[in-house]
Amino acid sequence: MFFRDQGEMLPPRTAPITEVGLVGWLRINLFSSYGNAALTLISLAILLLVVPPFIDWVLIKAQFSGDSGEACSGIGACWAWVDQRLGQFFYGFYPAEAHWRVNVTAILLVPAILYVLVDNMPGAKFGRWFSYVYPLLAAYLLVGGFGLEVIQTDKFGGFMLNMVVGLTGIVLSLPIGVLLALGRQSRLPVIRLLCIAFIEAVRGVPLITLLFVAIVLLQLFLPPEVSLDQLLRVIIMVTLFASAYMAEVVRGGLQAIPKGQIEGAQAVGLGYWQTMRLIVLPQALRISIPGIVNTFIGLFKDTTLVIIIGLFDLLGHARLLQTNPDWIGDVDHEAYLFSAAVFFLVCFLMSRYSVSLEKQLSKDRH
Amino acid sequence: MAAPPRTRIQQISYLWTDERLRGIAFQLLVTTSLALFFAFIIWNTATNLKHAGLASGYGFLQDAASFDINQRLIDYDSTSSYGRAFLVGGLNTVLVAVLGIAAATFIGFLVGLMRLSSNFLVSRIAAIYVELTRNIPLLLQIIFWWVIILALPRVRDSISVGDVLFLNNRGVRMPQPIFEDAFQFVLALIVAGGIGTFFLARWARKRHELTGRTFPVGWSSIGLIFGLPGLSMLFLGLPISLEIPLQGKFNFEGGFNVTPELIALWLALSLYTGAFISEVVRSGILAVDKGQIEAARAVGLPPGLRTRKIILPQALRVIIPPLTNQYLNLTKNSSLAVVIGYQDIVSIGETVLNQSGQALEVISIYMAFYLTLSLLTSLLMNWYNKRTALVRER
Repeated sequence: MFFRDQGEMLPPRTAPITEVGLVGWLRINLFSSYGNAALTLISLAILLLVVPPFIDWVLIKAQFSGDSGEACSGIGACWAWVDQRLGQFFYGFYPAEAHWRVNVTAILLVPAILYVLVDNMPGAKFGRWFSYVYPLLAAYLLVGGFGLEVIQTDKFGGFMLNMVVGLTGIVLSLPIGVLLALGRQSRLPVIRLLCIAFIEAVRGVPLITLLFVAIVLLQLFLPPEVSLDQLLRVIIMVTLFASAYMAEVVRGGLQAIPKGQIEGAQAVGLGYWQTMRLIVLPQALRISIPGIVNTFIGLFKDTTLVIIIGLFDLLGHARLLQTNPDWIGDVDHEAYLFSAAVFFLVCFLMSRYSVSLEKQLSKDRH
Repeated sequence: MAAPPRTRIQQISYLWTDERLRGIAFQLLVTTSLALFFAFIIWNTATNLKHAGLASGYGFLQDAASFDINQRLIDYDSTSSYGRAFLVGGLNTVLVAVLGIAAATFIGFLVGLMRLSSNFLVSRIAAIYVELTRNIPLLLQIIFWWVIILALPRVRDSISVGDVLFLNNRGVRMPQPIFEDAFQFVLALIVAGGIGTFFLARWARKRHELTGRTFPVGWSSIGLIFGLPGLSMLFLGLPISLEIPLQGKFNFEGGFNVTPELIALWLALSLYTGAFISEVVRSGILAVDKGQIEAARAVGLPPGLRTRKIILPQALRVIIPPLTNQYLNLTKNSSLAVVIGYQDIVSIGETVLNQSGQALEVISIYMAFYLTLSLLTSLLMNWYNKRTALVRER
């Protein structure tokens, strides 16, 4: 008989070993063809060439204790400076006995951000107000006054300076950016023209030129008796810079709102500002959050530019360490590596958050 | 029922409900307050300048600069004018921008394709590179590369690459091509080949549309641009030679030196922007509808043609606008050169500012320079968008 009985079924066979399990995964993902196998081997070779020596240098052969560059062996990384300098890297020259103020500000930042970004937080109604008040609270804690010892802003430095400039810039630029974005869409020709001119002019020049404006020109523009704090001047220019980018992000959100929403609002008799405030902006800003986070990441990285105008942020203190007689020539790479790791950690986490938010938004829409 | 006649007060209050009138009033208000604001600034500036005893105006550009610039593309010495110094700086910005754009595009396309690779390791390595470079401030990366180059051995112990290229803490010593007069003829041939290719491609496209017959434009253009000039070079007895640097005791003889600053800036800018471009490329390719590729396969297009005729034209339409944006970012970011002392327009402007005190003028030159670049780019962009839009309609 060369045919099988109709009722008889073959027992299921296990999948071939080349298709499932570890071997299958390897075959599909790494060795699916000769070309792919070659690529895999080349990649492995590169990894082997780079990763083990790097780990060896950073950790295994590294020197972790010592008081000066003399303790550094030269064959591995030298982390001996970290325990001395960690405070400066994070707080700059902010007085040590007042570090708690920075810490409290940083800790309070967490709920302030959560209440803005996450829905359904317990106590949301109170929390929103806390978020709105937080910037004032932070300014009070950091600068002082009203019972707290006043600390001049030129003592601000290290990573804290990056956070202060970046966060203030982004928070202040949001309302300006929204207005600019609305103005760019406006039916009034003069308003539209002015907004486009501002946005394109700011986006067309590098941040560094605006920082130069902050340092050498802003004082020229004001009456001689007005003297602005240097940090304040930097924050003004950073805010103007960020608001142009913010405007473009918000414009993207505005354009995504279907026209029917605006027509619906007009049909029930809402005016322009009511339509925007109650109908359009809540939806548009929601869509724009990933873009806003990305703008913040960009701005946050750009805060390192303050070293060009003589402020000492995290990167500034890394550079300062190079010129310190105790450490000169011994820790050229380590301090930068450390700063890079800090920035990477913060920016990477934020970009992951922005990506997950984008996924969530596109899921909600379908 | 006729409406009762309006009183005068009612008429005036109705004016406020007229949207057009309200708009005009609002715009007038904004314009006036802006004008007042600028008048305030200008008045303050004028008083402050008078107070400081500074003359405003661009006359200072003719004064002698009396500082040196090591990195220059055109003739310059310390007796040259400030204006000339700015020109040198602007050209240096353009130099590093062009070099960076070329390298970043290459890296971006390579890494973008690597991330889409079915090979797990390859796509992972590409992803790690992208995340690492994107999430670390560019300024830090520039300084980092600069420190690494400065840590290279001294000139005496240069690392030699095949005895033609030498790496040391003063940069890279490269062989210098020396062109003889006859090379101009070759150059002319190359240009002629380029123009010829342009017309050939137009003719071939027209014939393809009319008759369906194809013409090997790619091969013939290689022949026109490289083949003919190459042959003529052989006949002219190789009118080009390389001057290979010779290692002396303290410095090299011959060849030309690329400064550590240029290399560090170029490396950092290309690696940083390359990561962003790779994301642009990746999303551009992913944006091509899968059905397009399947349809191309169904009508029997081989893989090469599928990429060239179906995927790339559609992906490029998505890729090009954000790509030009990245080019612009790279150019603007090159201003960070001032930190490591690469003499671009910002760094030279800073020196000029410190010497002459003409802050307003120097910063206006910066802004004019960068704004011109952005404006040119966006004009180009609009032209491109219009062109692709036309193609879409056909």
